[in-house]
Amino acid sequence: MKTDKKSPERQDCKTDFTLACPFPIQNYPRVLLAHGGGGRLMHQLIGGMFIPAFRNPLLEAQHDSTVFEVGGRRLAFTTDSYVVRPLFFPGGNLGSLAVHGTVNDLAMSGARPLYLSAAFIIEEGLSMETLWQIVSSMQQAAREAGVQIITGDTKVVDKGKGDNLFINTAGVGLLEHSLTIAPQSVQPGDAILLNGDLGRHGMAIMALREGLQFASAIESDSAPLAEAVLDLLRAGIRIHCLRDLTRGGLASALNEIAEAANLTPLVEETLIPVREDVRGACEILGLDALQVACEGRFAAFVPEGDAERALAVLRQHPGSAGACRIGNVTSQRSPRVLLKSTIGVQRILDMLSGEQLPRIC
Amino acid sequence: MKYLDEYRDAEGAHKFAREIARITTRPWTIMEVCGGQTHAIVKFGIDQLLPREVTLIHGPGCPVCVTPVELIDQALELAARPEVIFCSFGDMLRVPGSKTDLLAVKASGGDVRIVYSPLDAVNTAVKNPGKEVVFFGVGFETTAPATAMAVYQAAHKGVKNFSLLSSHVLVPPALEALLNAPDRRVQGFLAAGHVCTIMGYEEYLPIAAKHRVPIVVTGFEPLDILQGILMCLQQLESGRAEVENQYTRAVRKEGNLPARQLIGEVFRVVPRQWRGLGEIPLSGLGLSESYQAFDAQRKFGVAQVRVPESAECLSGLVLQGKLNPRECPAFGSRCTPEHPLGATMVSSEGACAAYYRYRREPAEPAGIQTHH
Repeated sequence: MKTDKKSPERQDCKTDFTLACPFPIQNYPRVLLAHGGGGRLMHQLIGGMFIPAFRNPLLEAQHDSTVFEVGGRRLAFTTDSYVVRPLFFPGGNLGSLAVHGTVNDLAMSGARPLYLSAAFIIEEGLSMETLWQIVSSMQQAAREAGVQIITGDTKVVDKGKGDNLFINTAGVGLLEHSLTIAPQSVQPGDAILLNGDLGRHGMAIMALREGLQFASAIESDSAPLAEAVLDLLRAGIRIHCLRDLTRGGLASALNEIAEAANLTPLVEETLIPVREDVRGACEILGLDALQVACEGRFAAFVPEGDAERALAVLRQHPGSAGACRIGNVTSQRSPRVLLKSTIGVQRILDMLSGEQLPRIC
Repeated sequence: MKYLDEYRDAEGAHKFAREIARITTRPWTIMEVCGGQTHAIVKFGIDQLLPREVTLIHGPGCPVCVTPVELIDQALELAARPEVIFCSFGDMLRVPGSKTDLLAVKASGGDVRIVYSPLDAVNTAVKNPGKEVVFFGVGFETTAPATAMAVYQAAHKGVKNFSLLSSHVLVPPALEALLNAPDRRVQGFLAAGHVCTIMGYEEYLPIAAKHRVPIVVTGFEPLDILQGILMCLQQLESGRAEVENQYTRAVRKEGNLPARQLIGEVFRVVPRQWRGLGEIPLSGLGLSESYQAFDAQRKFGVAQVRVPESAECLSGLVLQGKLNPRECPAFGSRCTPEHPLGATMVSSEGACAAYYRYRREPAEPAGIQTHH
């Protein structure tokens, strides 16, 4: 990695980290919110600092959950922290989200989720009633997803030093198939499937934060995905890759896979379902629905021959009734995503840079 | 979606494209003024539907982009003050000043807030009487009425802890400046539809007549833009130079009269520095005599901040339509949305941002390669 030895940031970096810091800090001597936005800036932080620091082959796979072998069985392991504000939103709350998110990361390896941990970082003064509502949602979400929360941690921080409540969950799941569900398995010609409409979770939160009023509230799509994935496996679908569409939305997910697989997916804008109210809210705020976060949506890469069967299986799940096919992987060996626009012209579909900022006019 | 899908329809787009190809007999260069139109053109691939003879060049119509760096530095200085709550449209937050940007000021503890309406900033001032709330008023005539209303309401409610850092600019003087340039390439304009919803299009009539240039008031959806291009080409091919209105569903000749009155009440026309274009006389809006108490530059004494523009950033040429973003040597290498040299790379209406987002050739991902 090239670095300018004379730059003052480089000097700072050395003193802060004692070892040479591998991350080109350049214009970013401080962490920005955008470093956690799911876009390119976050990937630069992960790829520039965390991966080199902790380097090992399992980590470098950079999948939603890591698959490893113990005693001849393959397990999946993942962790995620939940910091959403407000704590309650239409369609869920921090507690249900903390279960769904981690269960879904396990599901993206095709694992059957087994156990979760739950760590609570609570701000002094949070109402006990609020905490209980969130904990009971977690309990219910865990029951629905078929997982047990088997260990945990409780910390309380001073008033003003936390935002009501943060939850971290980690999860372990068991793989009962022999596929390698990962970007490296994606093949030219694969069909790209989506299990439903995009952008509802992100816009539900955004509408609350920004006080946007619609005829009826946009409700989050937050839902567990493991059953739908396990049904695909039971049906014998040869799944090549799965990715849930959280921060950065479909755009980030497809770009991550394109980069890891060194292939070019092509999707058609007119085939990608986005609900009217979500589109309306995106238009008002100047956001791209393809970059908005979901919490119950995933993209599946499957062989062309399995696509129709996979869709039929997905559509039997209430949360995936709107499953559809949005495109194919082309034979181009170039790590980018192409989108056929509504007027029939192709362009690239880029991932978010930092975080989505509403436009001016 | 109603009133939107009708204007994004592939069949309609190709119909206009065929008609454009049919009537075009020689090379023409048309400038779309507004950055919103630039983004629609690049995003939907409208330029790829046009015959080779028709060249679109991108104009200075991105208010964030033409805001001079010294005004951004003034904003940064204000935002960093402990007594200030600094309110801005989200678009401004990533725009680099000479040393830093608002997001970094926020990360260092500055109270920087995104607002959707300038009135939200006035409400913030009411709720925080112990703080000074500064609103960064950026925009063309489109957003000027909302800013004017905020100042008007603050004045009438006696909200003394609210003030405005005004970077409002006007479109017609910029068109004049482009047309007066010795190396002028533009033969026709697509005028910005949203600006004209406020101002109407009477003020474009003398410009079209004086410079013999067709001006078509145009909307922002793909079919709007294609129809605007067609109307402009029809004029060029037949030797006419008139002001026409493609965007009839939103724009009237006289514009929005109450909005214009409010602008006239709160603002006065002042000379303004434009990034890339230099100082243009009578091209900006500053607060009028009766509203001077709300002028943040005066209140906090930051007007003296003077900073030269970066030599490495060629956005000045981009904003004048002289350089396509992809021709800039820094594009996609030393200048990316994560490490911008200038506003055109980060504003949602900036031309460089549009090309980076929709037209970039794949490059090596930044950071350390993890797959070997």
